[in-house]
Amino acid sequence: MSTATKKPRLTTSAMIASIAGEGQRTKAAPFGHALAKLAETRPEIVGMTADLSKYTDLHIFAQAHPDRFFQMGMAEQLLMGAAGGMAKEGFTPFATTYATFASRRAFDFVHQVICEEHLNVKIVCGLPGLTTGYGPSHQATEDVAMFRGIPGLTIVDPCDALDIEQAVPAIAEHKGPVYMRLLRGNVPLVLDEYDYKFELGKAKLLRDGKDVLFISTGLMTMRALETAKALAADQIDVAVLHVPTIKPLDVATILREAGRSGRLVVVAENHTVIGGLGEAVATLLLSNGVTPSFRQMALPDEFLAAGALPTLHDRYGISSAVMATRIKGWLD
Amino acid sequence: MERTALIKSISQAAYRIRRYALRMGEVQGQGYVGQALGLADMLAVAYTHALNYQPQDPEWEGRDRFLLSHGHFAIAHYAALIEAGIIPQDELETYGSDDSRLPMSGMASYTPGMEMSGGSLGQGLVIAVGMALGLRLKKNPAFVYNSMSDGELDEGSTWEAAMSAAHHGLANLICLVDINNQQADGNSNKILGFEPIADKWQAFGWHVQRVNGNDIEAVLNAFDIARKLPDAKPRVIILDTLMGTGVPFLETRDKNHFIRVDAAEWQQALAILDASQTTGAAQ
Repeated sequence: MSTATKKPRLTTSAMIASIAGEGQRTKAAPFGHALAKLAETRPEIVGMTADLSKYTDLHIFAQAHPDRFFQMGMAEQLLMGAAGGMAKEGFTPFATTYATFASRRAFDFVHQVICEEHLNVKIVCGLPGLTTGYGPSHQATEDVAMFRGIPGLTIVDPCDALDIEQAVPAIAEHKGPVYMRLLRGNVPLVLDEYDYKFELGKAKLLRDGKDVLFISTGLMTMRALETAKALAADQIDVAVLHVPTIKPLDVATILREAGRSGRLVVVAENHTVIGGLGEAVATLLLSNGVTPSFRQMALPDEFLAAGALPTLHDRYGISSAVMATRIKGWLD
Repeated sequence: MERTALIKSISQAAYRIRRYALRMGEVQGQGYVGQALGLADMLAVAYTHALNYQPQDPEWEGRDRFLLSHGHFAIAHYAALIEAGIIPQDELETYGSDDSRLPMSGMASYTPGMEMSGGSLGQGLVIAVGMALGLRLKKNPAFVYNSMSDGELDEGSTWEAAMSAAHHGLANLICLVDINNQQADGNSNKILGFEPIADKWQAFGWHVQRVNGNDIEAVLNAFDIARKLPDAKPRVIILDTLMGTGVPFLETRDKNHFIRVDAAEWQQALAILDASQTTGAAQ
């Protein structure tokens, strides 16, 4: 094979890899910096982690406030239980680990210790959905489905660095437990191009369009915006409604936008098709007699493969290229 | 108070705690009374001697925190909270009834003085670690006590917490392990062998004492040592207890996680308890 035709060999995407595309604008460790800054004026904020401070950007907080940082070791049940204990003593703990471990390993401790008493714990977790190529051990594809079932637990899936920065003080201000999915490292910066401000519990229309309405959350909002730009060249007019708070849903905004006639509604999320934003929106719409053409863009009900993220995002349909093709297919 | 008088006073409190528990059992026709009778002596030492609290203000910031990890022992804890003056005595008539503040399994949001929602076993000690870290950060000198069962030694989270408490040098944490050697499927040491349990805690970096949990003087001394120890390490008191203590026909009944008590036997049990107290034979 000649070097001219040789394609770059894509290798397994590491856990520390950024999900930013080549040339994309990014901001470093937005969660860690936002929390460290907030804690300057909020002495009740403490940081706790299960051996993943560097991989959740909590090390920035730890360096700024070493007396309020607690290393709990690779023990997620302990992390959640001890965070609950800290909250009982009046602190606002931000507890970090990977989304798989918070949900699948420590679920009962989140449920019973933190949520049953509605304690003020903020669970902030890296590697949501398909953001690592390490395979199912690290791919939290059903975390939202698991956590949506817990009464009183607020669930947030920010899109980019700006969303994360603004979400940190908002969830700290909120009284009660919060689960936030986290993008770490060099995080894409996208929403500064839009007239956008994060508000807990609010969905925001980022762009309007008459043919398709994306209802999206997390990094899939970024992909929806890219898809919308691409489809504009084909005279397909795409609206994007960003839903960073998955629970409780912004019912009024979603019903209003989905109720506008003539648009294909596509719910896009970095999560399995089961139990996430797609099913939440479908239930909401059906229960209110709103019945547009409806599609889900989400991960399949499968144990996903290991490999390079670009390959996997194409394979499982959450890259903007594949999304644009699917939309055109649905509109034909 | 002079030691002998103190022990006598605690013994009388233990009798009342047993009595309250039996009366709650009678109301409901069931309950974990075997466990309550076994744990009454430790609870009497805790609530009449060791713990710092204000009955009129159960959430007083300076209080020692007492976590009931084994939520099904709630009947024992309610009895102790009545003895402590935190719950009115007449409320025991509501035990386990709809809308009662005294549900069969202890929950923090229901009951004054109940610091956690137990029942999902193995959660008390992890919470205690967080509270002890929080108290230390606040420079609050209160202790955190975590009361747990031997069955909870099966739970991995107990050992995550044990490792962490020693790592963080939590001298304000006292764990109380009730060894009644009885769990749902049989004898605890046959379900999942836990011995040598004192050595295990010691190897994890704890200060360890093992006492007869139904010997008030021994329990009292263990609490005093645990509280006054200067070492920067967490403390555990392992209490070997006999389910049904104080009511001989329950002490010798076929042991079972949930001791059967017939309708007519509640009054018999109370009568035996009262008689033993009168004659001084209860302890």
